[in-house]
Amino acid sequence: MNDNPTHDRIAKDLAENEVLLFMKGTPVFPQCGFSAAVVQVLSELGVKFKSVDVLKDAEIRQGIKEFSNWPTIPQLYVKGEFVGGCDIIKEMFEQGELEPFFAERGIALANA
Amino acid sequence: MAMSAREIELAIRAALPDADVTITDLAGDGDHYAAMVVSGAFKGKTRVQQHKMVYDALSGRMGGQLHALSLQTSVKD
Repeated sequence: MNDNPTHDRIAKDLAENEVLLFMKGTPVFPQCGFSAAVVQVLSELGVKFKSVDVLKDAEIRQGIKEFSNWPTIPQLYVKGEFVGGCDIIKEMFEQGELEPFFAERGIALANA
Repeated sequence: MAMSAREIELAIRAALPDADVTITDLAGDGDHYAAMVVSGAFKGKTRVQQHKMVYDALSGRMGGQLHALSLQTSVKD
């Protein structure tokens, strides 16, 4: 991860944001159904999150895949930890695992 | 070019020989699939690790040649 300015930018962003979602588009105008699905889950729980639109930044779009060693977008990070993509987030939500996951990490849920 | 359901299944089976693989062509366009993979090799792994094992089996085609693969994994008893 040394000498890679994109990875440094990602690491800095992760350090500054407890809940960070790398997605296509924005929470209001998602540009991909998978990204929209994760936004919907987070909104349902009332989690405050920051998002990065990878469509606006080709370096991040490629860089985050290498950084996480994960081939697809969206990608959700909580306190610097990679939690998963759309399938995993949806599955955790449906199994009731996501709420305790956030709670254990001290992330406030407005709708819990 | 997109991958066929059969190609996806074979690639996953090549890496996880014991796996039960069920592929569904979601949109009927040969480009959006759902895969259910059940394997003993997933035992003791997190979901992220399990999904990575499947992505590794598809050796870099996920996110490129294979645009959309909705993935569900579980441990075989």
